[in-house]
Amino acid sequence: MNVTTTAAVRRKVLPGFGLTMGYSVLYLSLVVLLPLSALLFNSTGLSWAKFWDIATDPRVLASYRVSLSTAAAAALADAFLGLLLAWVLVRYEFPGKRIFDALIDLPFALPTAVAGVSLTALYSQNGWIGSLLEPLGLRIAFTPLGITLALMFIGIPFVVRTVQPVLEDLDRDMEEASATLGAGRWRTFRSIVLPELFPPLLTGFALAFARGIGEYGSVVFISGNMPMRTEIAPLLIMSKLEQFDYAGATAVALLLLLISFLMLLVINTLQRWARKTSR
Amino acid sequence: MKKAVMKKGIKKGLITGFTLLLTAGLAACGNNNSNNGAAAQTDAPAASNAAGAAEATKAPAKDPVELLNVSYDPTRELYENYNKAFSAYWEKETGQKVTVKQSHGGSGAQSRAVQEGLEADVVTLALGYDIDALKNKGLINDGWESKFEHNSSPYTSTIVFLVRKGNPKGIKDWPDLLKEGVEVITPNPKTSGGARWNYLAAWGYALDHNNNDEAKAQEFVQELFKHVPVLDTGARGATTTFVERGIGDVLIAWENEAYLSIKELGPDKFEIVNPSESILAEPPVAVVDKVVDKRGTREVAEAYLKYLYTEEGQKIAAENYYRPTLESVKEEYKDKFPEIKLFTLADKFGTWKETQEKHFNDGGIFDKIYVPGAK
Amino acid sequence: MAGTVPMAAPRAHRNAASPATTESSAVKWVLVAAAALVLFWLIALPLIVVLTEALKRGWDVFLAALTDPDAASALRLTLLVAVITVPLNTLFGVMAAWAVTKFRFRGKGFLITLIDLPFAVSPVIGGLIFVLVFGSNGWFGSWLSAHDIKIVFALPGIVLATLFVTFPFVARELIPLMEDQGTQEEEAAITLGAHGWQIFWRVTLPNIKWGLLYGIILCNARAMGEFGAVSVVSGHIRGETNTLPLHVEILYNEYQFSASFAVASLLLLLALVTMIVKSWLTRKNAH
Repeated sequence: MNVTTTAAVRRKVLPGFGLTMGYSVLYLSLVVLLPLSALLFNSTGLSWAKFWDIATDPRVLASYRVSLSTAAAAALADAFLGLLLAWVLVRYEFPGKRIFDALIDLPFALPTAVAGVSLTALYSQNGWIGSLLEPLGLRIAFTPLGITLALMFIGIPFVVRTVQPVLEDLDRDMEEASATLGAGRWRTFRSIVLPELFPPLLTGFALAFARGIGEYGSVVFISGNMPMRTEIAPLLIMSKLEQFDYAGATAVALLLLLISFLMLLVINTLQRWARKTSR
Repeated sequence: MKKAVMKKGIKKGLITGFTLLLTAGLAACGNNNSNNGAAAQTDAPAASNAAGAAEATKAPAKDPVELLNVSYDPTRELYENYNKAFSAYWEKETGQKVTVKQSHGGSGAQSRAVQEGLEADVVTLALGYDIDALKNKGLINDGWESKFEHNSSPYTSTIVFLVRKGNPKGIKDWPDLLKEGVEVITPNPKTSGGARWNYLAAWGYALDHNNNDEAKAQEFVQELFKHVPVLDTGARGATTTFVERGIGDVLIAWENEAYLSIKELGPDKFEIVNPSESILAEPPVAVVDKVVDKRGTREVAEAYLKYLYTEEGQKIAAENYYRPTLESVKEEYKDKFPEIKLFTLADKFGTWKETQEKHFNDGGIFDKIYVPGAK
Repeated sequence: MAGTVPMAAPRAHRNAASPATTESSAVKWVLVAAAALVLFWLIALPLIVVLTEALKRGWDVFLAALTDPDAASALRLTLLVAVITVPLNTLFGVMAAWAVTKFRFRGKGFLITLIDLPFAVSPVIGGLIFVLVFGSNGWFGSWLSAHDIKIVFALPGIVLATLFVTFPFVARELIPLMEDQGTQEEEAAITLGAHGWQIFWRVTLPNIKWGLLYGIILCNARAMGEFGAVSVVSGHIRGETNTLPLHVEILYNEYQFSASFAVASLLLLLALVTMIVKSWLTRKNAH
């Protein structure tokens, strides 16, 4: 849509680059980067060999596997469900819409431990849902499936709330034009709407994913914490701290952070690229 | 040319940002103070601010004083009652008002907070290892274990079993936990200080019944943990799993917590089974020397812990399901705390440091249960 | 772009405008039903559990838990922390979004990823890093204790940890939106002679206000609900440095399960209040 805007015009015309950029970088450095560098600093107390030992411990590796796979599955599910929720919220009028809208944010407001306890209450063998699934041989609580569910709960607002404003802002002229040209509604959605929504969807996915990797409070109640099977990486950090092993804890955390950072970077780059090609 | 302009702009941004942050920071601090001040005026005395305490240290003993007791989780009711009793006692003795603030959390996390600067006058934690860590940081002087009687543990507890009403699986002693089809709930000893006592109780029992054969004991404990379907991170999580989720046939728990959970969650649904032999859990107390010297609160802090050993202090402990150590009170409450053969940590394991390194640190025996061939 | 339709126009009018751009009512109701089901299953059900647990022991226990002085002081602290952190992060969010979306520069993707970073940090670590910096064994530890300044285990530490955890919300909400909107309107305004602040207030802000509002609401919800990071820096002193989520945990750890869920439902209520305010703002704006 903005094809006419060239780089030169942008740079020349709009004011405030220095102010906003300077402030952003400073604030970012003080609130995020400086404290995070403490993490780096603390694990440099370790020799490389020791660091490698900690990072490649079979139990640590297994926990990374659990954390990454459940977070990815949850973020993917959130992307689909979140799109549905956002679409319905923006495009349709129906009774109870306000309550509907208000409910979306509640997973953020609920302390994660409470979320964990309530979800476990629902999905354990004697819970409302768990007891229905038990005869079918399907167990959710204390399996990776339970972790995924908890992470879905934690992550869903990310997707809905990043898609929603973009969808609200979407220009309908294009859709109308597409309809006038004889495209069906589904085709219009696929070729006009979805490309527009893809960048915020990716953002939502990335955020839900990143949040899921680090999540602790809600997961430890529903995961069962069995070593090698349902033990998440943040739990290992906690157990190292419990031994006052700061270096080990920060090493695991650092590696986890590095993985998420790289993934976010890839997704953000992909997202920017998707935006460019969709134009 | 353009670059220069841009750089200037960035500089401007940095300066503006800095000013803004500074203002906000100052505003936050101001807010903090005024809030504390307001709280001190309108609230219960518990909320009075630190400035008051600092003044108190300079002025004669008549001025009110504040103590911070950093404790572990299930001691709230105990210390809530005890603090009242001690305040009354201290005021009567010395004419000085004392307010004791409480902080509760996981024992290890609480110890870390004190190491990192939480100004606790006294610590009352779940295990000696967490106090040793404070000693290692130079906050507590050597020999804290012998500063007060009974290894500085004014009250004790032990590890018992909580089973469902009627004891359907017929669990009477440790070997019953290994029976086919029995599910055991106990938290993860790596994240829960309390759970380390559970593990050690089982280990000690196995040693005693296998002529102190370590390999046999390890086998026993390993087998035991095969019966654990869920490893919660803390004692409360494990209790919830057992009580609310209906998972497992037996919960291994501290005696005081078993009583507390029966009282709070359903006397008609659970009962306590005492094994033939268990460990004497000694939750220790200590004065944080560096803090009391800095704040000038040594006298009252020491008196606070000493008073735990008096008849009144012991009764409060017993009322809150901790085993008293004073003979007269022991006698009075003997129906409540049945006789169990108890061994101590020192009997079977030595010091906390040795125990922690051998069993619970990374690569220790507990890890080997789950990771075959781990270093 | 969006500016051609006045932003203040209520959504409903735009929807009704053209039948060609909406689905048949059958599809619509299937989608609404599916969404309602998802919402109920994924979000509402756990919240219902919270409420039923809270009321399990009756209203007396529920009310007693909420009127407890410790709960009241925790509520005050939680609100205070939100009042400090949300405006700071909002200001940052707007600034960062402006810098990122209105200009082209190298390393933009990298910068955005750095902004996202706090989401990826495990909350426990989010608290721990401030302990590593400001704790008595940390970088500034000895200096701080020499000057008797308390950062961790006091309000400033709680504020810092909350700032960290809620750092990306507003920026992350605004960046995709402002990128989508492009810079044409601002450029048009500048050719008409408007200067910086005018452009922002008159052109950009009206365009981004819904995104901004969502960002603020999310940031606020998270600021009030954060547990992990705050738990590490709080010190858990009753009546002093306990926030509501920490109070919930304490009650839970004391086997007062109903009371703990009651306090948790208070947090939900707070979040609902912010949503009602939002909804009220929306309505007011529509007229």
